[in-house]
Amino acid sequence: MIQDLLTNAISAITGLHLRPASSSARETDALLFALIGGTILVLGLVFGLMLYYVVRYRHGTKASRDGSDAKSWRFEISWTVATLVVFFGLFVWGADLYVRLFQPPANAIRIAVTGKQWMWKAEHPGGQSEINALHVPINQPIELLMTSEDVIHDFSIPAFRIKHDVLPGRYTSLWFTAVEPGTYNLFCTQFCGTDHSQMGGKVVVMEAPAFQNWLETSRTSVGLVAEGQVLFTRYGCSGCHAAGQPGMAAARGSLSSVRAPPLDGVYGHPVPLNDGTVVIADDQYIRDSILMPARQIVAGYANQMPPFAGVVSEGDLVRLLAYIKSLGANR
Amino acid sequence: MSRTSTVEDLPPSYLNKENTLFSWLCSTDHKRIALLYFGSITAFFFLGSAGAALMRLNLISPAGALVSHEGYNRLFTLHGVVMVWFFLVPAVPVTLGNFILPLMLGARDLAFPRLNLLSWYLFITGGLITLWALFWGGLNTGWTFYTPLSTNYTNGHVVLAVVGIFISGFSSITTGVNFIVTIHRLRAPGLTWYRLPVFAWSLYATSVIYVLGTPVLAMTLILLAFERIFHVGVFDSRIGGDPLLFQHLFWFYSHPAVYIMILPGFGVVSEVITAFSRKALFGYKFVVWASMSIAVISFLVWGHHMFVAGQSIYSAIVFSLLSYLVAVPSAIKVFNWLGTLHKGHIQFEAPMLYALGFVGLFTIGGLTGLFIAALGTDVHLTQTYFIVAHFHYIMVGGMVSAFFAGLHYWWPKITGRMYSDAWGRVAAAIIFFGFNLTFFPQFVLGYYGMPRRYASYPPEYQVWNVLSSAGAVILAIGYLTPLFYLSYSLLRGTRATENPWEATGLEWKTSSPPQTENFRHIPTVVDGPYNYPPPHSPAAPRHG
Repeated sequence: MIQDLLTNAISAITGLHLRPASSSARETDALLFALIGGTILVLGLVFGLMLYYVVRYRHGTKASRDGSDAKSWRFEISWTVATLVVFFGLFVWGADLYVRLFQPPANAIRIAVTGKQWMWKAEHPGGQSEINALHVPINQPIELLMTSEDVIHDFSIPAFRIKHDVLPGRYTSLWFTAVEPGTYNLFCTQFCGTDHSQMGGKVVVMEAPAFQNWLETSRTSVGLVAEGQVLFTRYGCSGCHAAGQPGMAAARGSLSSVRAPPLDGVYGHPVPLNDGTVVIADDQYIRDSILMPARQIVAGYANQMPPFAGVVSEGDLVRLLAYIKSLGANR
Repeated sequence: MSRTSTVEDLPPSYLNKENTLFSWLCSTDHKRIALLYFGSITAFFFLGSAGAALMRLNLISPAGALVSHEGYNRLFTLHGVVMVWFFLVPAVPVTLGNFILPLMLGARDLAFPRLNLLSWYLFITGGLITLWALFWGGLNTGWTFYTPLSTNYTNGHVVLAVVGIFISGFSSITTGVNFIVTIHRLRAPGLTWYRLPVFAWSLYATSVIYVLGTPVLAMTLILLAFERIFHVGVFDSRIGGDPLLFQHLFWFYSHPAVYIMILPGFGVVSEVITAFSRKALFGYKFVVWASMSIAVISFLVWGHHMFVAGQSIYSAIVFSLLSYLVAVPSAIKVFNWLGTLHKGHIQFEAPMLYALGFVGLFTIGGLTGLFIAALGTDVHLTQTYFIVAHFHYIMVGGMVSAFFAGLHYWWPKITGRMYSDAWGRVAAAIIFFGFNLTFFPQFVLGYYGMPRRYASYPPEYQVWNVLSSAGAVILAIGYLTPLFYLSYSLLRGTRATENPWEATGLEWKTSSPPQTENFRHIPTVVDGPYNYPPPHSPAAPRHG
């Protein structure tokens, strides 16, 4: 009992509960510790010089004050340049880390995360969904595709040293590779109203077999892609958009009374628009094209699709997106 | 306070010329307006501090010891709104600046005395309206008013609070215009730009930001109010708006506002360190141009508040680089203050202790800024207590220490009386210690990932929270102490001479307290600032 208390206190003071638990967390800590070391050095210099001067040159001491009118610009230039060089080094180090932090690898498993006042919902590709918890396998890159149903939230996992805001009407993403099995805090770190401090949960990092087991026991649906395919018909998308039948697109387009761009192989590829620009069909583009299709019209097509804003829920969007993404392999 | 009985026996001055309520509330004398501001600023400071004290009390227990979640959210909103807009942004310019600037320039008043009085009325009107919103109905958005929480979801009195801030913003603009024109037009004969004391330069730089930045805040707040009332769709993503646009506009003002808060502090500290080292400021021109370049670059770094908000990677990289750039002039200043101490004749009266405390705390605040200007580490540290600790080191450890340094330095000039220097030094020491105990643990909490604006928290964070709250008690004692010995000085303090510190600067060349219109004859300036002669005899006390 007492030993437990003592262990807890020591862990609270030293932060043992916050060992870096993802591949990037160790890199973040390396830069952090470099900064802490540099800070201690500079603070030592500033406080040291200040103390030394105020003692040595206090009023009435006999210390020599000769030569205090020497030109100062040499000093000014040297410490300005020195500061600039060090700062530039820190900038490059931090920027390199950041760029890699926000570029998910191609083999990442994608989990959809939706925030709303005051809970988190996560949906796995197999359709497993969880509230205020996130189960992930160890040593496997995970990408979170995040959006909010109301205000701005922020998905933060301190043990992984990552966070990103979660916005309404937009997808943002975050990725990590967990390297230490365990249970970690998950926080909302963007103030979101009354119960902001309750909007959190646990991230559970599991060994691969245990995770497989968890997936099996938590399965409640046929998976996001399959559900997306059903929704694709239910919302009437399939009436105009050819999908899932490579080679049929042209024929389908000519038979249907409405001509709409085929969706096979669209995801992740450039799409020419009728204003002459070209966009990459990423998650945000697909989302906007469902909710507000008039914004970006594909070159050669008319603006005739009705907007689905307010009709398709965030959950259904995630499924449609998963389905359309799955068509990407068909090109 | 029985003002009449205490000032009657003093020689004629701005304090005892007339003493009706009307003569104070309708005075166009910059010195009287400065005192009106002193009174209001002090009230706002203690109100905001009370909010902070209740927050620290609540955070002693992980579950929240005192108030509900909603109550806590209102407390930190009150603390932030009051401290930022009604204390930190105006504090040094409208009080010390208002009082000292014309004296420093050898002028009889600011260029537009009536505009100066108007600015106080705007400030107090805006302040009262915002207070009304904060207390009658409450506000729970945080001082940052992020959309769409503030526009579509909260039921607090956002519009009313925003109207108050909007009105008080005009007090910033009028003060800025007044200072700029005064510095351009009312300098005494011979007082060239490079003979200006650094405090005047720093007020000039601050005024530039007041005039260029505050209108952007005004526009942003109008958009916010329109969005909330009419749902026009500027920030609402459901009807084609962009919630991030609000953050861009908001920080376009609110980051430069950080420099509004700290630049006058740089000026005060430069004055105090030279005066108590009895030595010219090291690298005068570098210090001056560091202030001016901060004023310019500060407009180009707002995006560093949004590294994880959803802006593009490319803009984040540019904003990170610019943030490092804006830190260079601040570093230059620290080195120059050290250079000024070198081979000086240093004395340790209360103003100097506050100023040395400023240098130490500001350096810690500045260095921890490098942690969050670096993109990779900002991702972990932003939105945690690390941010809270960092900006309190700059704003409270830095700016409030500088305010106290200036207050103690110019107190004899302002009131015509001395205070107990021993008590001043004791308070400076208590504040330094209490401040570090309050805010250093918050760096640790931030590294451990504790989010800011949390009414309750996981128990593993308790140890450091309790330490921080204990520090807040000491800090509160530190801030209350000057209230007592300065009040005592007002009533019973010994008379101050014209120049009790034997400092340079025109403000010391007139009586303490100065007469109405400041000078019998406008002085002529023949040399640069800080022209301290070598002291005659070692260890001679300079004043009684």
